[in-house]
Amino acid sequence: MSAPRFDAEARQGLAMVSPPLIYAILLLAAPLLTILAYSFFKDGYLEVIREFTLENYRAVWTDPVFHKIMLRSLGVAVAVTLATVLLAFPVAYFLSFVVKPERKALWIFLITIPFWTSYLIRVFLWKVILGHNGVINSSLTGLGLIDEPLGFLLFNVQAMVITLAHAYAPFAILPIYVALEKIDRSLLEAGRDLGESRLMTFWRVTLPLAMPGVIAATLIVFIPTIGDYVTPELIGGGKIPMIANMVQANMLALDNKPMGSALAITAMLIVTVVSLIFLFFNRRFLRVQQ
Amino acid sequence: MNDSNTAARQPDVRPAPMQRNAKSANRYGELQAARPMIECREVHKYYGDYHALRGIDLDIREGEFFSLLGPSGCGKTTLLRTIAGFEDISSGVVLIDDKDMAAVPANKRPTNMVFQSYAIFPHLTVAENVAFGLRRDPRSKSEKAAAVDEALKMVGLTGYGNRAAHALSGGQRQRVALARALILKPKVLLLDEPLSALDRKMREQMQVELIKLQRQVGITFVLVTHDQEEALVMSDRIAVMFEGQIAQLDEPESLYARPVTRRVADFIGVMNFLPATILSEDGEVIRVDVEGLGEIELAHSQVARNEDPDAGPMIGFRPEAVSIFPAGQSQTAPRQNGGTIDEVVYYGDMTYYDVRLDEEDGTQSKPVRISMRNVYGRDVSCVGDRGVIGWAPSSLILFR
Repeated sequence: MSAPRFDAEARQGLAMVSPPLIYAILLLAAPLLTILAYSFFKDGYLEVIREFTLENYRAVWTDPVFHKIMLRSLGVAVAVTLATVLLAFPVAYFLSFVVKPERKALWIFLITIPFWTSYLIRVFLWKVILGHNGVINSSLTGLGLIDEPLGFLLFNVQAMVITLAHAYAPFAILPIYVALEKIDRSLLEAGRDLGESRLMTFWRVTLPLAMPGVIAATLIVFIPTIGDYVTPELIGGGKIPMIANMVQANMLALDNKPMGSALAITAMLIVTVVSLIFLFFNRRFLRVQQ
Repeated sequence: MNDSNTAARQPDVRPAPMQRNAKSANRYGELQAARPMIECREVHKYYGDYHALRGIDLDIREGEFFSLLGPSGCGKTTLLRTIAGFEDISSGVVLIDDKDMAAVPANKRPTNMVFQSYAIFPHLTVAENVAFGLRRDPRSKSEKAAAVDEALKMVGLTGYGNRAAHALSGGQRQRVALARALILKPKVLLLDEPLSALDRKMREQMQVELIKLQRQVGITFVLVTHDQEEALVMSDRIAVMFEGQIAQLDEPESLYARPVTRRVADFIGVMNFLPATILSEDGEVIRVDVEGLGEIELAHSQVARNEDPDAGPMIGFRPEAVSIFPAGQSQTAPRQNGGTIDEVVYYGDMTYYDVRLDEEDGTQSKPVRISMRNVYGRDVSCVGDRGVIGWAPSSLILFR
């Protein structure tokens, strides 16, 4: 009796999931598998030789340039993540604990305003602010505080960190805000009631309970920044490449698709491993159910 | 019920209103002599324009189980949070253990709270929750662990220490919250509607356990509840609050038998009200004519206040202060009236009858509720049956 009905339900379910499934296979899995396949092929002149080889990976792992660029990418991503999450936490805290409930929607709306313009324009904006004749330099010269424009504002790692941290700020604020909103306020009163000051209650109750949001924010910022292409190109002036720029150079300028693919896969594996280690060390915070 | 002969023949035996059965006379005397642990003097609290507490004057005695009872929005929780230090008062004084609490923050007060939601820390185990307040305790780690075990044993959770807090049932959370507060040996334990989230069986069980626990630790308990039954069962004294003011502060028995206002009478248990006309009044008695009951003489001690002067004088009586028997069956109550059963509500041990009383002019009064303990072998009367209502003037209260 129930078997045909179940089949009908299963068919219906399959019909519902198949469009996104096909979409995901075509647009995510297929390119990824192509890249994976390319990374094991040989590079010939103007063509890819379809023969299996591990030579690309050996070359990647022994290349001192790759080491330097990968380490720089990791360094920039860690710095951006730290800056973003540390600055996002007070904003999220303010939003959750200080802003009146009826004003919260407005504040969230304001925080998302930077997203209204494209990422590229926001990066250019920082170039305008930090550049040789940019906002900061012309203001300082105009005020007579400096004679020559400051040269260290743009085209370096700090400038890249500032730009990326600004670009990813809302991605960090929102998950932390959600985690803080979920905290039952009576828990904080209980912390006070049991003899702890506001600061210790924050340390022993609020922060541990906000950790799932902090962890989400960290991953959301860290993973895309490591592979960022635009900011090193524009803010770094093309002279301080990160891993995405190296992949791009191999894929297009050098026309070595197998090498570019091996670089991409290697970088992906490194990000996966770093993220998993991070999750492992924070696993106790993720088990909490509120 | 006014001489022993009739009392022996009455089929339902009711406890006399002022008899103290649950609490010993000894404890009663001790508490009356106890010094005040919490003193509120002219406490006012405003939220903007809203006047939440309107001049609270209150002494809560050391070692007492005290309840703040009232409908939602009456200010009872605000008062409790004021004592705990979570709310600043707008004016007035709160003393705990003879010390002014004005400048003392919540974390420095000798009070601990059991929250309505229990507020169990979800990221900690049961033992870590109980030990939360012991951080600055100078005792060694093993001594603290022993104290935690002791506290868990006291609330019947031995062996639960390593459980995750979120894996507990409502009743268990409640016990953890109690252990977590009592391990700090506060001078006052504040309980904010602690039983409202539990099912009926669990609630009744926890009521008894809380009473026992309070006797055992001897700490002053202050309970906030909207459940009058819960307050009557558990408390040594009850303050009934309406609209930010204390309407009556009394022992449960007095509160039930001698409410001072009509609103208190209506809030605590069931009270029947019948319109009355005052015929005459002298230094000894008040003569009234009551719809359905006839002319009665009442003592001045039977008078309470009616907050609504437009409603006119009212006679009030509890459902169990009156009895009903099938018409024709002889009974010996000092006063008897005829009536018709309008509704029968059967509760197993008890039956509630809504009865319309006969008037002299041939009409009938609005229904009054009468409760009777059910006795084996006696049939429950049916809707439409005639009955004789027996009562005594001494069990009536005049609200005017």
